[in-house]
Amino acid sequence: MKEMKLFRGSEDYVATEELMNAVNVAIALKKPLLIKGEPGTGKTMLAQSISDALGKKLIVWSIKSTTKAHDGLYVYDTVQRLYDSQFGEGDVADIRQYIKLGKLGEAFTAEEQVVLLIDEIDKADLEFPNDLLWELDKMEFYVNETKETIKTKHRPIVIITSNAEKELPDAFLRRCIFHYIEFPDEEKMREIIRVHYGDLDQKLVDKSVEAFYKLREMDDVQKKPSTSELLDWIQALMISGVEIDDLSEKMPFVGVLLKKNQDIDVMKEIKTKGYSLRNW
Amino acid sequence: MFLEFFYLLREIGLKVTLNQWMTLMEAMDKDLAGSSLTRFYYLCRSVLVTSESDYDKLDVAFSQYFAGIESSEDLPEKFWEWLKQDEREKDINDKEVMDDFLLELDELLKRFKDRIENQKEKHDGGNKWIGTGGTSTQGRGGYNPRGIRTGGESRHRTAVQIAGERKFSDFRDDTIIDIRQFQMAFRKLRQYSSRVDAQKTELDVDQTIDKTCDNGGRLELVYEKPRKNTVKVLLLMDSDGSMLRFSHLCNQLFQALRKSNHFKDLQVYYFHNCIYDKLYKTPRCRIGEWVDTQWVFSKLDSEYKVIFVGDAAMAPSELFRKGGNVVVGLYNDELGIDWLGKFKRRFKKQIWLNPIPKNRWEHMYGATTCEEIRKLFPMFELSLGGLEQGIKKLLVK
Repeated sequence: MKEMKLFRGSEDYVATEELMNAVNVAIALKKPLLIKGEPGTGKTMLAQSISDALGKKLIVWSIKSTTKAHDGLYVYDTVQRLYDSQFGEGDVADIRQYIKLGKLGEAFTAEEQVVLLIDEIDKADLEFPNDLLWELDKMEFYVNETKETIKTKHRPIVIITSNAEKELPDAFLRRCIFHYIEFPDEEKMREIIRVHYGDLDQKLVDKSVEAFYKLREMDDVQKKPSTSELLDWIQALMISGVEIDDLSEKMPFVGVLLKKNQDIDVMKEIKTKGYSLRNW
Repeated sequence: MFLEFFYLLREIGLKVTLNQWMTLMEAMDKDLAGSSLTRFYYLCRSVLVTSESDYDKLDVAFSQYFAGIESSEDLPEKFWEWLKQDEREKDINDKEVMDDFLLELDELLKRFKDRIENQKEKHDGGNKWIGTGGTSTQGRGGYNPRGIRTGGESRHRTAVQIAGERKFSDFRDDTIIDIRQFQMAFRKLRQYSSRVDAQKTELDVDQTIDKTCDNGGRLELVYEKPRKNTVKVLLLMDSDGSMLRFSHLCNQLFQALRKSNHFKDLQVYYFHNCIYDKLYKTPRCRIGEWVDTQWVFSKLDSEYKVIFVGDAAMAPSELFRKGGNVVVGLYNDELGIDWLGKFKRRFKKQIWLNPIPKNRWEHMYGATTCEEIRKLFPMFELSLGGLEQGIKKLLVK
């Protein structure tokens, strides 16, 4: 235990005590860490940060709605093999040539321990997490075509993120270490801004953070802006050098913060009339 | 070890499995909680809880089980056997009790003000003045278990305090039926067809073999369009009024449908008790936020599967009388029952889901109208079983 490297956040990532604890627990217990939270709370960034802090390679498996669990293990390229047999190219008898490892397979076979990020697992089909139970538990899978079992040499550190678009099956959840990232409070947010942009003009930070949280608290706004949008906004403010004294009234570049047309309309109405009835 | 805590958790409704419990034991063996109750709390949270909506349950159990344990000395004997004493981190609670330990909040605030007035300079690390890192009751980042924090990060909180805050009580949802179960049911609502506009991406093995043979053994690949779900759904929900008490259930059904992204199209409109010439676009059913029912008829083809959700309980006049519309200021020339009849003629498949349990349909308020509507549409109760039956009905050719 002593020699185990502990995750303590990294230079460009602000982690809470709880989050660091959860990461270290997951590493020590060799279980996948499931991270949930609002968009923009840095779920995906976490894996990058862990890989930086521990000096391990990061393998990212981004999940899409069409991703199948099997894609992550390996793909058997039948068509290539057929073509090769046609034209007499390559060693067709050697099936192994046509087995292409997926991201999960890559992580399993790596020579060193890696950090594997399974990003946005909830995007995939409902059954997707269940299909991965065995592989994540035992860290091995069987290749039908070659009748080989691929086992991990070094159990990867698995980080799974979810936006809670779909509920994940219980059996899957129970095998994970779970952590919910809360939306950062003002103080944490200042720290995040500092980590990203160094020491900024204090007034700019104060004003923008104030305006940002005010915006988030508005009930009329449907899609609440997140951390990454605030960071973009601050950058826009810095580059343009606009007057920031009445930032929260004027809200310049509001398109950076709000992504929905309706929300921008609401903002316009509030600006002119002082209130909005649009979403009533 | 600590089995009472395990059973307390289960009693409170956190479904901790034996496996998870063993994982926790393993973690304790590996000394992941160190010797701090706070870290033990976070460890429990990571290992035993699988959703943020359950954080609150853990908090409840934790503050109940460890209630009164303000200092580490109060910990049960067994707990100490577990925690290795030698590696203890600087503990916040086991130092000498200070004279102002039990000050009430008012008194504390008073002293705080006094000291602000008396204190003239920055002060770090003492035991009286306001500053950082000291043991005074006032300041921040200090080591007094009870005190005022003057902004800034709170560095030391006891686990019981953290649990006591119950920060996650908003997330709690005591769901009776999981959305997931509904979703699984909706998955059955599909009819596959390859007659959709899509690129040919799937290898058709049979055709490929045929073509290749025709070609004298020279490989010719044939691709097919992937089969897609062609089911289109029109969801009509009764909202407001008598439906309010079922809003949670209806909300789950709605969420499940929305998240089932395998439908070709999903249209949702709302109505109040019965459908007349307008359908509302929002569940709030406000005058003006609507579309013409006739427009929906012309826009959607007859293949749409119509799912009504409502209690079907209303005054008979709402179905059978001109001007029966209960919404003040609205008048309907055509009877409600006629409008429903139009739906029946316009679309091929419809079902009505009723959140009221089936065995009460004949005796409840609104039994008459319910009866009439049942003559028009097959009605099922809004439960997992009812939904499954209904979906079967929608799929019959």
